[in-house]
Amino acid sequence: MSEAVPDPIIRVRGLRKVYQSGKVYVEALRGVDLDVPSGEFLSIVGPSGSGKSTLFHIIGGLTPPSAGEVTVAGRNVSTVGDSGRTELRRKYVSFVFQKFNLLPNLTARDNIRTALHIAGLPTEPFDPHFVNILNLLGISGRLNHKPSEMSGGEQQRVAIARALATKPGILLADEPTGNLDSRNSLAVLHLLRDLNQQLHQTILMITHNVEAAAFGHRTMHMSDGQIIESTTT
Amino acid sequence: MVFKLVWENVRFRPVRTLLSILLIALPVTLILTLVGLSQGFVEGSEKRTEGVGADLLFRPKGTTLMSSFNGAPLSQKFVDQLATEPHVVATTGVAYQLLSGAFDSVAGINQASFVHLSGPFTFLQGHGLEKPDDILLDRYYADQRHVRAGGRIKVLGKDWNVVGVIEGGKLAHLFVQLQVLQDLIGSPGKVTQIYLKLDDPRNTDLVKKQLSAKYEDYPIYSMKELESYYSVDNIPLLKYFTDAVLGIGVLIGFLVVLMSMYMAVLQRTREIGILKSLGASKGFVMGIILAEAFLLGLGGTIAGVALSFLTRWIMDTLMPASLPQAIVPDWWPIAGLIAVGGALLGSLYPGMLAVRQDPIEALAYE
Repeated sequence: MSEAVPDPIIRVRGLRKVYQSGKVYVEALRGVDLDVPSGEFLSIVGPSGSGKSTLFHIIGGLTPPSAGEVTVAGRNVSTVGDSGRTELRRKYVSFVFQKFNLLPNLTARDNIRTALHIAGLPTEPFDPHFVNILNLLGISGRLNHKPSEMSGGEQQRVAIARALATKPGILLADEPTGNLDSRNSLAVLHLLRDLNQQLHQTILMITHNVEAAAFGHRTMHMSDGQIIESTTT
Repeated sequence: MVFKLVWENVRFRPVRTLLSILLIALPVTLILTLVGLSQGFVEGSEKRTEGVGADLLFRPKGTTLMSSFNGAPLSQKFVDQLATEPHVVATTGVAYQLLSGAFDSVAGINQASFVHLSGPFTFLQGHGLEKPDDILLDRYYADQRHVRAGGRIKVLGKDWNVVGVIEGGKLAHLFVQLQVLQDLIGSPGKVTQIYLKLDDPRNTDLVKKQLSAKYEDYPIYSMKELESYYSVDNIPLLKYFTDAVLGIGVLIGFLVVLMSMYMAVLQRTREIGILKSLGASKGFVMGIILAEAFLLGLGGTIAGVALSFLTRWIMDTLMPASLPQAIVPDWWPIAGLIAVGGALLGSLYPGMLAVRQDPIEALAYE
């Protein structure tokens, strides 16, 4: 869904998120400020419970913030309702998850077509630009296979293809190599870097792995719901 | 693409899909079987009444066409009296007694006058009634009780000699001598109703008018009237029965689909989360759930109709005389509407749960 891209493409100010678990309130984010320029590959690292996934979920419109301001691709995510966040996911942001999250009953091709259909785009034939991405990802020959017929690495590459099919402004990758062996992990990280370098795709990647984080332009360290350090690779 | 998604969902879990279809098919089969039984019962009665070949029916005072055909409150003297009326060429009085279970009755006949009016029985085995303990069975009842000519059968607490098996479709499934039945039910000299045959069926209205004037309080019906009365709606008990079955069918259908779709939505929590993460709207997710429910409802209807043929085969095999089941194509769309409507209604609640599901929780669902 490319259109005039605002810079920074992500702008976060004073972001807070409080979860209620029974009678207990948990403060997952405690005043996060962040700017992500368009075309950046940003790695976010931090221990479990540091708030990185929550930050992702808010930027990706999966959950609303409790306080603060979040602007994604020029849209103020903090003030929109459920339908606004749905539109954000449909048009501007795509996810790649650790567990791939492909629809198990559909082939790779139909997984991609589903994303295109939801985004209101033609489902077939794939445009030449996307065919190049499929070639880059090395899954052109695997499109008629279901997830259960593919290796973990292949499934993750299909998930990346599905995420990019709608030409999102931002790709949010949450531990994309968490379920892969080292060889496939390296392949996926190289792919993400290639996509960023060749297509100027903005990528935010959560990882526990410092070596994986080094594939990004910048690494942001989080702890206890706050950004504690930002280093340029 | 939506159809593909729905179709693949249905195909992906064949056991669950098959179970859902079977569960939805159950109320459809229940409705079609019970309505079919009601209709089969009425049609069977109509066919047997027509099979007598009479033109007019003379009934006891204070009765209607749909009041009980049981017992013998009408004096037998009317049989001879009516035979002397103009245009009447034959009369026969019949006494009926219901068997336990109330699905079948024994007809007590004067064999000579009955055959004179109705024509001879078509014997498949044996011969006609000769002695007081003789009984004739039609082939449906003989099949149902696994008895043949020469065998014995206990009916109305009495042992009878089965002397003949006749082709069905005439008056009743079981026949004994009139006087024997009258004595057995304590109504000597009385009958349930009298059949009249005229010299020309075209005289039916004229004779009916004359007889009605002469026998004021006695209901008299032409066979045409009788045919028009033979419908489930005209028999209050059957009508209530059908309505009750319909209500139960709708309720069961609704609950079954609710449960089935609830399970389906639970099983697909993660997939719903994936769709939501891709930007699927609430309407899109609800549309998929409803489309799947529609497909299952349709499958359940087809399976239910097919199963109603199976229940008919079972009825025909086990109780061909007592429980004749008609196939009721008129009810297929009604049963289908109930199944599909129930499926859609039943999927609304799980559908609403699905669209309200938090995408993060849904994605974390194992």
